[in-house]
Amino acid sequence: MSTTVLRAPDRDPAWLGRVFWISALLVLLWPLGVATEFKPWVLVEPRNLKVTAQFLGGFWPLTLNAEFMGLVLRETWRTVAMATAGLTLALVVAIPFTLLSNRVLSISALVGPMARGPAWLRQGVRWFLVFLRSIPELVWALVFVRVVGLGPTAGVLAIALTYGGMLGKVYGEILESGETHTTQNLLRNGSGRLQAFFYGLLPTNAAELTSYTVYRWECAIRSSVVLGFVGAGGLGQQMDNSMKMFNGGEVATLLLVFIALVALADQVSAWLRKALG
Amino acid sequence: MSAPTKPQAANEVYRLPPSLFHGRCKACWFLAGLLVLIVASFWSLDLQWAQFFSGEAARSMGRFLAEFFPPDTSPEFVSRVAQGAWETLAMSALGTLIAAVVGLALALPASRLHEGDAAWGRAPTRLLLNALRSIPELVWAALLLISAGLGPFAGTLALALHTSGVLGRLFAEAIENAPTGPGAALRVQGLGAGRVFLFATLPQVLPQLMSYTLYRWENNIRAAAILGVVGAGGLGQLLSFHMGLFQMNKTATVLAAMLLLVGLVDAMSNLSRRLLTR
Repeated sequence: MSTTVLRAPDRDPAWLGRVFWISALLVLLWPLGVATEFKPWVLVEPRNLKVTAQFLGGFWPLTLNAEFMGLVLRETWRTVAMATAGLTLALVVAIPFTLLSNRVLSISALVGPMARGPAWLRQGVRWFLVFLRSIPELVWALVFVRVVGLGPTAGVLAIALTYGGMLGKVYGEILESGETHTTQNLLRNGSGRLQAFFYGLLPTNAAELTSYTVYRWECAIRSSVVLGFVGAGGLGQQMDNSMKMFNGGEVATLLLVFIALVALADQVSAWLRKALG
Repeated sequence: MSAPTKPQAANEVYRLPPSLFHGRCKACWFLAGLLVLIVASFWSLDLQWAQFFSGEAARSMGRFLAEFFPPDTSPEFVSRVAQGAWETLAMSALGTLIAAVVGLALALPASRLHEGDAAWGRAPTRLLLNALRSIPELVWAALLLISAGLGPFAGTLALALHTSGVLGRLFAEAIENAPTGPGAALRVQGLGAGRVFLFATLPQVLPQLMSYTLYRWENNIRAAAILGVVGAGGLGQLLSFHMGLFQMNKTATVLAAMLLLVGLVDAMSNLSRRLLTR
């Protein structure tokens, strides 16, 4: 009679496979490294290191004089205002298109498949929204800066178009994925589409719609900073200027203000979404 | 108990609905605040609607759009754009991969691995992750240009830094929420923290980590396309270069390539999601 002793293996039984897959991955990575000119040693070249050290050394002390802080405060408000105004206009774009493209509000779809005309109209509106959404806001801003000149107008318009597309698409998805019985009941009993929307579809989905909108507002604040880099005003433009003038102290202050702003928007948005349920 | 009580009604006493506005109505205050914010925003921005909606602007917009046509489709330029698109893809892939590795390395100190874990590094690491996360890719790219020079390398690093913050936080959440049973079983046998993680926690959370990484890659392709606007390589650099020189035909080609890339990524992710959730 022998007793079997359970003993842990001395080494990882699957090591061969692991080594093989890791080396295969490294081989696959080679062309990526070539395409992105991935040369980390550039970072520690003496010349670059000196420039970096100089720039980072300038970060301290932070620039905190009253004049600059006043400017930062004004630009911070402009960033928030740009995001808010942009999102308001995005709603103006998104709401009509959502109503137009919504399949739940189709009367012909109540009995059998949707009629051909309305189906094409809805698909067309959807494609238009996808188009608005898939051009990044930065590219819209570049275009509008050419047309209306430097300043917040370009930024507001860029946010309005991209976010209009995004909101329109997601609103459509939310409205169609929710409970549709109430709405269809209303429609079957002869109410108009708008009535069915306001008394059936909207109340059912209001909380989800609002919380998505608040989340997008938070995202819009982040993108309105970025838009400043192409000349749309706000914190981003200020940061771009300070960076070009190689003023480390100002850059550091702006970065901190920016992190604080994003954290604040994050908190406000989380709190609002919780309060709205 | 001698005071005469009012006779109780058999049913609920009829009450009018609350008036539309009263001091404790949270929604009213929220709406009022929102309205003030919106009005203040529009009022303080001095938007040039008059200029935008004027005939002059419409004409300049029309001229601007007309200049886009016909897009430059000469083979040499198309091949340059294709190279830019490949560069964009490579930047996003490499950046996401680095971010996944760095994110995992940061997620470990940022999570409480078991009940008795003191997790001293949790708060500071989370602070670092939040800082990485809250600076957008484009700002990172503009900062990194100083030490990495113009070109896709700065863009890759920028994507990697921002995404490390995002993924690190998501990974930490995933690790903390993983079932603790297998890990505890190994720990009572006396295994070290490293092996407990590698053989108990990691296999459980790996699918989730993979799906987060793939999702961020999808986002990063979109981000990489525009990073070049500040000079960090890819399609964006071509875009800002040709737009700056007013070569609108070439700009149109680059824009079309961007749309195509984003559209393809969207379609792929939709398809894979549909296949996976079926």
